[in-house]
Amino acid sequence: MRMRLGLDREARRGLLLLSPTAGYALLMLAAPLVMVVTFSFWTQDYLDIDTTLTLNNYREAWSEPIYRVLMFRSLRISLIVTLATVLLAFPVAYFLSFHVTQRKALWLFLITVPFWTSYLIRVFLWKVILGFNGVLNTALLEVGFIEKPLTFILYNANAVVLTLAHAWAPFAILPIFVALEKIDRSLLEAAEDLGDGPLRRFVRVTLPLAMPGVIAATLIVLIPTVGDFITPRLVGGTEGLMIANMIQVQFGKANNAPLGAALAVSSMVIVAAVSLVIYLAGKKLGGKVE
Amino acid sequence: MRGSGRRGAAKWLSVYAVTYMVFLYAPVILLPLFAFNDATVVAFPLSHFTTKWFVVLWQTEALHGAVRNSLMVALSTAVFSTVLGASAARAAARYRFPGKAPVMGFIMLPLVLPEIIVAVALLVPIMQMGLSLSLWTVIAGHVLICTPFSIAILSSAFQGFDTSLEEASLDLGETRLGTFRRVILPLVMPGIVSSLLICFTISLDEFIIAFFLTGTDVTLPVYIWSQLRFPTKLPSIMALGTILLALSVVLLVLAEWFRRRAARRQGIEASVTGGLV
Repeated sequence: MRMRLGLDREARRGLLLLSPTAGYALLMLAAPLVMVVTFSFWTQDYLDIDTTLTLNNYREAWSEPIYRVLMFRSLRISLIVTLATVLLAFPVAYFLSFHVTQRKALWLFLITVPFWTSYLIRVFLWKVILGFNGVLNTALLEVGFIEKPLTFILYNANAVVLTLAHAWAPFAILPIFVALEKIDRSLLEAAEDLGDGPLRRFVRVTLPLAMPGVIAATLIVLIPTVGDFITPRLVGGTEGLMIANMIQVQFGKANNAPLGAALAVSSMVIVAAVSLVIYLAGKKLGGKVE
Repeated sequence: MRGSGRRGAAKWLSVYAVTYMVFLYAPVILLPLFAFNDATVVAFPLSHFTTKWFVVLWQTEALHGAVRNSLMVALSTAVFSTVLGASAARAAARYRFPGKAPVMGFIMLPLVLPEIIVAVALLVPIMQMGLSLSLWTVIAGHVLICTPFSIAILSSAFQGFDTSLEEASLDLGETRLGTFRRVILPLVMPGIVSSLLICFTISLDEFIIAFFLTGTDVTLPVYIWSQLRFPTKLPSIMALGTILLALSVVLLVLAEWFRRRAARRQGIEASVTGGLV
């Protein structure tokens, strides 16, 4: 009896202590998200909002070619960004975990420093690097690798991919690094003793065990990049614009917030579905070794 | 034979890692180069050394207003997020209660939510209720995204906390509040300072939420965004970026130093990833 009472009191204390933060999240996130969903079923009537429930916004969001194009492009660019970021990051995480013995913390710190500089300015600097008279073109012309400035590197989807792969690098490296650090090194020795070469050992032991980190990195990079609108605006040109730019326009200049809300909800649903598929696929791949 | 092959692989891996670091730092290194470059275009070849772009910053009134706004927002965000983060981290680490995992999961959600969704979610009710946008609406949004970071930093501090110290204090007649003030707080203080610094840095740099939720008073990133359109303003923006870079590095080094001290005080190894993952 006393024990149960004790537990109840503990539970009450915990809940009480958590309540301000939980209350804040409820009031400022849960309620607003519910409101956005409700809003997406309403209609903008010039300056007023018509609160009759309707699916018109969704019909428009899913059937108008412009929104479809932007939605698929966002998803495609984000998936390419994610793939590039994770593939580029994996060897670095592997190097840090398996080959760096001293000053690991310093390496990790150095990896995160560029991420803490102003995001806007960082994206803008890529424009400076990739532009027609940019740093890269000037350097390549100087060395004589090219005769005319390259134009395919700025104001298109490639530039968006490169810039975002740069911006999200630490978010991919850290989870993979943590997963690699957790691998029991004796398992690798065991694989070797049982006759696995370095490649087989990597594919059959290291990679499956690193899978949780890889999946975490994939989701951490994929989800926010779908919603980015700075990078597409600054380096994407018209070919690189993404769905978030359209959401921003609907809430701003176009003054059709309900349609913007419908676009936001639609993109969240799509991203959530894709994330779930990746998560389940990763779980299956990672589960094999258990 | 196999040993030498492996050493070769290790060499390629370190070459790759260094190349990757060059890629990471490429834009950052350009920043001071152009900030001190005496030319109105941001391009190579570099001209003479100058500090005039910093003087321009000093003379730009609109910028000073934006800096003041940003400092106000970042300070308030840091304090609110750290208070909310500390109580949640403590609750999660110390007590067992029903519904802990889903509630904590929901609180951490902004960490993976695209910022534009957070921004839109806050904008819609504000519009509906006819409230006006101000720095406070920006703070509300920033607290939402910073609290998860604060929890991540502080949960390791609270988890490593030895509860027998707390029990000893209570047994010796301290009240709960006194125990918190005199035993718990000093031990987790470095973690709190680290959380304050990180939240401050995140808020200072955050653009998307600020862009949606600022009224007439703009924050620094929103000001920078408005200036990026004007080519003549670019060199001074590079100078501004250089100052921000230096400031962030100082804040980060401080935050890291405090976090390690927090871990040392509790006799545990500071996790190398900063508790963020």
